[in-house]
Amino acid sequence: MYTNILFAFLCFLVLSGVLGLILAIASKVFAVETDERVEQITECLPGANCGGCGYTGCAALAQAIVKGEAPVNACTSVSKEVCDKIAEIAGVAPAESHVRYRAQVMCSGTHELAKKKYVYEGIHDCVSANKLAGGDKLCPNGCIGLGTCAAACKFDAIHIINGVAAVDYNKCVACGMCVAACPKSIIKLIPYDSKHWVGCMSADKGAITKNYCDVGCIGCKICEKACPNGAIKVDGNVASINYDLCDGCGLCESKCPRKIIWSARSQSEEGVIRLKQDLSTPEANKENTNE
Amino acid sequence: MNVGVIIGIIISSVLIENYVFSRFLGICPFLGLSEKPSTAFGMGCAVTFVMTLSTAITWLIYTHVLVPFELEYLKTIAFILVIASLVQLIEMFLKKSVPSLYSALGIYLPLITTNCAILGSALLCVQNGYNLIESVIFSFGSAVGWTLAIVIFAGVRARIVFAETPKCFKGTPIALVTASLIALAFSGFSGVELPL
Repeated sequence: MYTNILFAFLCFLVLSGVLGLILAIASKVFAVETDERVEQITECLPGANCGGCGYTGCAALAQAIVKGEAPVNACTSVSKEVCDKIAEIAGVAPAESHVRYRAQVMCSGTHELAKKKYVYEGIHDCVSANKLAGGDKLCPNGCIGLGTCAAACKFDAIHIINGVAAVDYNKCVACGMCVAACPKSIIKLIPYDSKHWVGCMSADKGAITKNYCDVGCIGCKICEKACPNGAIKVDGNVASINYDLCDGCGLCESKCPRKIIWSARSQSEEGVIRLKQDLSTPEANKENTNE
Repeated sequence: MNVGVIIGIIISSVLIENYVFSRFLGICPFLGLSEKPSTAFGMGCAVTFVMTLSTAITWLIYTHVLVPFELEYLKTIAFILVIASLVQLIEMFLKKSVPSLYSALGIYLPLITTNCAILGSALLCVQNGYNLIESVIFSFGSAVGWTLAIVIFAGVRARIVFAETPKCFKGTPIALVTASLIALAFSGFSGVELPL
């Protein structure tokens, strides 16, 4: 009996020894020379493989940086220090400018504030809702709020709050997946530390916008006149901020009669933007109760 | 070699005794990698490749090493050992020689190392008393059946994503319910009698 066990033991010792030897030889024969800089750069990158840089993943971007095909600041989510470190590893000059961006949903039309033309009962997806007369909101440029952007986000940084998508700045790395996913194209990448943004993209005339949304830009140009730097311009019935000129003084926010110029102050403690409930005008509340 | 036998083995391994739907082998990657039809097909290709090759090698090991030494009762351990080393070897070989195929198979290849469908295929061939050619045909057919199953399932799952499922059923539960319904459909093949 013991000889049986010993025999089986020896047989398997030989078998596993032979297999181990084959693997050991194979690892020498089939060794692939890898550039260790690629590995080091991959470690510096976030490792989420979001694809925002245009490469298939962080490892692919690291390879491209080493080869010199991609700029060292191709990844939008790393800080300036990490970006310089990558440049040092790759042995190239550090990037002159490194601007970190974040996504911003340019719509404030929550359930209470934006009027709807019909009740949507279909596939829970903005793209398919958009095909049905451009979504349920009357505004042709309003957030549909079914979360196609939230599903596209790999960082759990975008959520639907009260019918409008909102970005969590602490998690957003500006990969641009939500920007590409939004059928209404109302998500924009803006500089990470920009203080103000216009929460509307309605291109209709003021009188029309006023009819379908309580927080729509009516193109009154009060912000344009108020801005000391000429950073905010009304173009095509909607205001937009030029972030190269904006110094964050906040005059536009305080002057806006529709209260649709938002500032980072309206960000809640959790980092998710709170869509100001107090904005809903008394008339809007009255209408809601009537319904 | 009888052509009828070969055709019989292929039909039975692909449809009648489908690994996923009647033997319940390889369920882990079946559920894990069936979110998109393209990934499902990639995994299916990797499984086909490894299963065919590993069954051939394990058959040789069984017949020429284990049987002469009367160690058949240790075949499970021996097969695990051989399959694990084989997958490692294939991975190294592909990385060096066919980098495009290596990057296409990607992470699926190491995932297969511990896949029960691969081991099951090797053990079933020995159990059924197949010769080398029959074993290779059987394992290839089984792998094609597995690929068929996962691709069909991925197609159904792509539709389920848009369905309004109750919250408690979202994700894996509804996937399991779907898989059981497809298995029910496949059980219709069990009535097929082959002239073997």
